[in-house]
Amino acid sequence: MNIVALAKWVPNPEGTPALGSDYLLVRTGAEGALDPGDEFGVEAALRLVEAGGGEITVVSMGPDEALPAVQRALAMGAHRGVLVTDPTLRGADTLVTARVLAGAISRQPFDLVIAGVESTDGYTGTLPLTMAELLGVDAVTAVRHVEAVDGTLRVERQTESGYDVVTCRPPAVIALTAGANEPRYPSLKGIMVAKQKPLERLSAEELGLSPDEVAPTQRVVAVEDAPPKAGGEIVGADEAVARVADLLAAAKVI
Amino acid sequence: MATIWVYAELGPEGVRSPAFELLTKARSLGGRVEAIALGPGAKEATDQLGHYGVERAFVSDDPVFADHPGRPAAHVVGGLVQEHLPDLILFPSSYDARDVAGRLQGRLGVTLMSNATDVLGPDRARTEIFGGTKLVDVELAGPSPRLVLVRPRSFAAEPAEGAAPAEVVTVDAAIPDELLGVRIEERHEEAASGPRLEDAKVVIAGGRGLGGPERFAMLDELAAAIGGAAVGASRAAVDAGWVPYSYQIGQTGKTVKPEVYLAFGISGALQHAVGMKGAKRIVAVNKDADAPILKLADIGVVGDLFGFLPALTEEIRKRRAS
Repeated sequence: MNIVALAKWVPNPEGTPALGSDYLLVRTGAEGALDPGDEFGVEAALRLVEAGGGEITVVSMGPDEALPAVQRALAMGAHRGVLVTDPTLRGADTLVTARVLAGAISRQPFDLVIAGVESTDGYTGTLPLTMAELLGVDAVTAVRHVEAVDGTLRVERQTESGYDVVTCRPPAVIALTAGANEPRYPSLKGIMVAKQKPLERLSAEELGLSPDEVAPTQRVVAVEDAPPKAGGEIVGADEAVARVADLLAAAKVI
Repeated sequence: MATIWVYAELGPEGVRSPAFELLTKARSLGGRVEAIALGPGAKEATDQLGHYGVERAFVSDDPVFADHPGRPAAHVVGGLVQEHLPDLILFPSSYDARDVAGRLQGRLGVTLMSNATDVLGPDRARTEIFGGTKLVDVELAGPSPRLVLVRPRSFAAEPAEGAAPAEVVTVDAAIPDELLGVRIEERHEEAASGPRLEDAKVVIAGGRGLGGPERFAMLDELAAAIGGAAVGASRAAVDAGWVPYSYQIGQTGKTVKPEVYLAFGISGALQHAVGMKGAKRIVAVNKDADAPILKLADIGVVGDLFGFLPALTEEIRKRRAS
């Protein structure tokens, strides 16, 4: 099974994000990493290929700084990388991003595309389906387990109150939940070998996308601080129990 | 005059409540309000939709929409859009609705905004970022309709005054075979005890700081002492496999607005904050004085939660007994 694993470079999830004067998230010069949510997808791809053969292509879109995200996935064991990087894609919305990724993915035959459910920085959660529609394939989101059985994908999809068992025929896109598996750490050998693996850089034009197709359809027109929450206080350990019990009593819930 | 559609999801009790919130908002924007409901029970649900001001409802009772998530619904809605040309479609932020909206974005080449907390007009919506500390207004451009996924409980649901029954249009549910490749084979319910997180007056939530799944029993004890409290969790605790996904509160997961929210060992990442900051009173206990959740809290306690938890449980038992 030939698998595409999507990899997004995100600013350090533990850090403090910042907006630039153009209201876009500051990405250049920021410390960053492979989106932790994407590590589960890379791991799932590795396990499927280890069990049934095939190759894994990592596809990413982002600035030059995004390269370490692709390299991390290669170091985990993916076979080749594609990074679409183009200044015109700065501020891309999900429609533009889906067009770019679908363009990069459809350059080679694939059986399965694995994405995270939502990114750690933008968390729109709509990209996998928009991409699936552009690729003209089936898709299952909120997947917490995936296996290939006789050429069919059998997945567990989270629901509001439990989970569904869902079948799906390749080619398909799946969006994997965080926690679906335990992503491996790259070995030292993996990190060394990753540097020799094929890595392709593409521009939007090389994907055949016109300037109109990569123009964002959403624009931030105003940003304001939310009204701060008033009246909060830190209480000492000696009075904490009484104070919290008082609060529950004041709320008439005990 | 703008035409606004609301994508109404169906549950065991008819239309799911987020649709009523969206319809109330849609009415307030002026213009014509219409709705789409697809799946078993849709026709019966049109009375409910009419009460909330829907003038026309596009419905189908066909089980194909329940058995094959996403693609058939997007196919039908896409066709309806091309025929009727609405200006704006509002969707609830569920997994299923998100899938339909995502497909429509690709199929129609129109813009889709996620995580909206307010809709300001047919081409403008608001969201909150950085854990709700900043409000961001977004202008939606490109061809119509604009698609907006709205976070649950962003608006109160209010029936329309003097509403007339909705005109019901039954839509053709003939779906091409090639769009039926995804099929639900089995459904599993993971029943939780106690009240639903969304309905509970008190929500007690645990995070990574609890250190392990067995510690959730301490939260259960506190919930029992308070009586009728629901227990939830941060994404970190769910990802660690300590409790099932149905516990999850936050961006991915449930939005709760209880009278009191008690957070134990939760740092308060943006992911979590959006799901709970609407609580009337917030108590946070964390050993890290820099945890962002302490800034949201009415009462913050910096310290050892394993000493605090049983002491609080005991104090509440005492007060309730007296």
